[in-house]
Amino acid sequence: MYKILEKKELAPSILDLYVIEAPRVAAKAKAGQFIILRIDEQGERIPLTIADFDREKGTITLVAQRAGKTTTQLGHLKAGDYLADFVGPLGEPTHIEKYGRVVTVGGGVGVAPTHPIARAMKEAGNEVISIIGARTKELLFWEDEMRKVCTRLLVTTDDGSYVRKGFVTDVLKEVMDEKKPDLVVAIGPQPMMRAVCNLTREYGVKTIVSLNSIMVDGTGMCGCCRVTVGGKTKFVCVDGPDFDGHEVDFAELARRSAIYRQQEKESLDRYTHRCQCHGGEH
Amino acid sequence: MAEEKKKKVIIPKKTPMPSQDPGVRAHNFQEVATGYTEEDARLEASRCLQCKKEPCRQGCPVEVDIPAFIKLIQDGDLDGAIAKVKEKNALPAVCGRVCPQENQCEKYCTMGVKNEPVGIGRLERFVADRELARGVRLPDKAAPTGKKVAVVGSGPSGLTCAADLAKLGHQVTVFEALHVAGGVLMYGIPEFRLPKRVVQAEVDNLRQLGVDIQVDSVVGRIETVDELLEKYDAVYLGTGAGLPYFMNIPGENACGVYSANEFLTRTNLMKAYQFPEYDTPIRVGSKVAVLGGGNVAMDAARTALRLGAAESWIVYRRSEAELPARHEEYEHAREEGVRFSFLTVPIRILQDDQGWVTGMECQRCELGEPDASGRRSPVPVCGSEYVLPVDVVVVAIGQGPNPLVPRTTKGLALTKRGNIVADETGATSKPGVYAGGDVVTGAATVILAMGAGKTAARSIHKYLTGRDAG
Repeated sequence: MYKILEKKELAPSILDLYVIEAPRVAAKAKAGQFIILRIDEQGERIPLTIADFDREKGTITLVAQRAGKTTTQLGHLKAGDYLADFVGPLGEPTHIEKYGRVVTVGGGVGVAPTHPIARAMKEAGNEVISIIGARTKELLFWEDEMRKVCTRLLVTTDDGSYVRKGFVTDVLKEVMDEKKPDLVVAIGPQPMMRAVCNLTREYGVKTIVSLNSIMVDGTGMCGCCRVTVGGKTKFVCVDGPDFDGHEVDFAELARRSAIYRQQEKESLDRYTHRCQCHGGEH
Repeated sequence: MAEEKKKKVIIPKKTPMPSQDPGVRAHNFQEVATGYTEEDARLEASRCLQCKKEPCRQGCPVEVDIPAFIKLIQDGDLDGAIAKVKEKNALPAVCGRVCPQENQCEKYCTMGVKNEPVGIGRLERFVADRELARGVRLPDKAAPTGKKVAVVGSGPSGLTCAADLAKLGHQVTVFEALHVAGGVLMYGIPEFRLPKRVVQAEVDNLRQLGVDIQVDSVVGRIETVDELLEKYDAVYLGTGAGLPYFMNIPGENACGVYSANEFLTRTNLMKAYQFPEYDTPIRVGSKVAVLGGGNVAMDAARTALRLGAAESWIVYRRSEAELPARHEEYEHAREEGVRFSFLTVPIRILQDDQGWVTGMECQRCELGEPDASGRRSPVPVCGSEYVLPVDVVVVAIGQGPNPLVPRTTKGLALTKRGNIVADETGATSKPGVYAGGDVVTGAATVILAMGAGKTAARSIHKYLTGRDAG
């Protein structure tokens, strides 16, 4: 069992932050890796990218958006509750080296995993420009945390409710026009990562994306997470999650990510209904 | 007395195994074979001739004293019988169910020369189940040696190695990547062939023997083998064949194409057949094609029927005679309504504009010259292409070794295919590191993996103490 030490709603009923007691995972975690958790005996195994880790305290920080049944149920847990399983760190860490000028782009919940990457890139001597964006002001988080780990922070909202109006790609274009970066790291919803890759391809800037495909075991055993990269089948769990974004078949990734949409809805509806029947305990 | 023996009536056939009716069992996940009653077991044991040569023993990879345990059943000492089995076999309830006895102990049975061999596996299962139901008596343990051994992987080979080492007095920690111990016994072999409560009961016995089992622990990620060697006196690698092979044909990443590993893991380990009671979903499809002809393919095809598929096909490139699956599994599959397309090779998976599987283009084959495996190899017939309309495809053409441990361990010799190289004692190229089971041999059987775990336990004991295990 793995204890939730801290739980915070970053955006009410949508975005949650968790600090989990998992010293063995924290001891080895590196930027770009992920964990797999299972809430209880009936639960499914879901992958979440590591948002932060503290080796001394033995903790892993995660940020999750309530989308399906598991993330919603997770959102109803409180500090002091326990998770049945917490496995990691999984996947290959993000390759960190001194590139020169690195731009990290985080969209929505994807802001969280760019945090340790920006920090590691800066520690490696890079100039790190971090762009963070969200649909609207309420969904934007970690502005201060991000500012601490990068050289320059740029913030945007799709609807203009905070700082400026525009997509992260609009900001990225301006940054690239100002001076060509040596590397872009983009993490967020698949359409965002795809849009970033389309843009950076025009500029000839190498772009790393962190893919969030469906997984079961997360150790290379099931092949559920397979994705076509550069015409070859790769497993996100062991070959990734980081890939050269210009080589990723995003259309296939989107189709494979939607395989269980109907069951996911059924499962969420059933859970929501049950919560309501229990008189809104949660 | 001598006269009485001569008069012994020979029962030519095995005592039948009580089983669920095929029409019923094809729609549930309960165990197909329900097991012998005590009466059945006594009758079957009475068929054993207690011959002097004991040829059955040479067929057992874990060296069970088969005639002795059957004699104890004949004498009515059922507690003694299971104790005799467990001297050598840590997982008797598992082996009694999934061992291919027809190629092992029963293959050599004297009774089997003219009649059906004695149902050794069924008897093993009977005494093991009886003990599980009544409470297990722990085997004797040697005095603590003060040595610590890490076992990586809790499948059949890791569990066997761990049990034998614990009995020899070593302190054993087993690391398992998944959330339960058992490896392929939990994620691969279906509930209807091997109930998960049986596996967990055997795992619990190991815990009672003092084996520490740490789940959720991916060696290579939390700690590498080199780091384990700093804390443990020896390491056993039993990481199995967990990497699924695909066909490398167009359309293989379409929605509705599964590896057998994924299809079975979702069902067995994650209990997708109880969705939405359990959270993990699976796409069943109305027409399922399973590619391959081994036991895993049979498991997947039979699972598909139980999940509600209207048609479940096995598509195999050779003929019925070359099927690598156990005959019993093939028969069970046929009885339940699995359909077979032999001499058929898939060349392309067709999909609609949303990426969902709509069919599989196949080609007919003829058998040509024998290949490296000695089996006649399939040769596609030009112009024989046709489309099998299916909406789910399960690829069950084999598995390779999971690369995580090999990749993260310094100085571990590997074969070209990525298997760990180990000698006949289980020793690898790295001092203090032993390996066995599918990660060494490539995908094989539960019992061979157990045999390798047993051999390695003996070698590790000698390495740690300088003495033979006896």
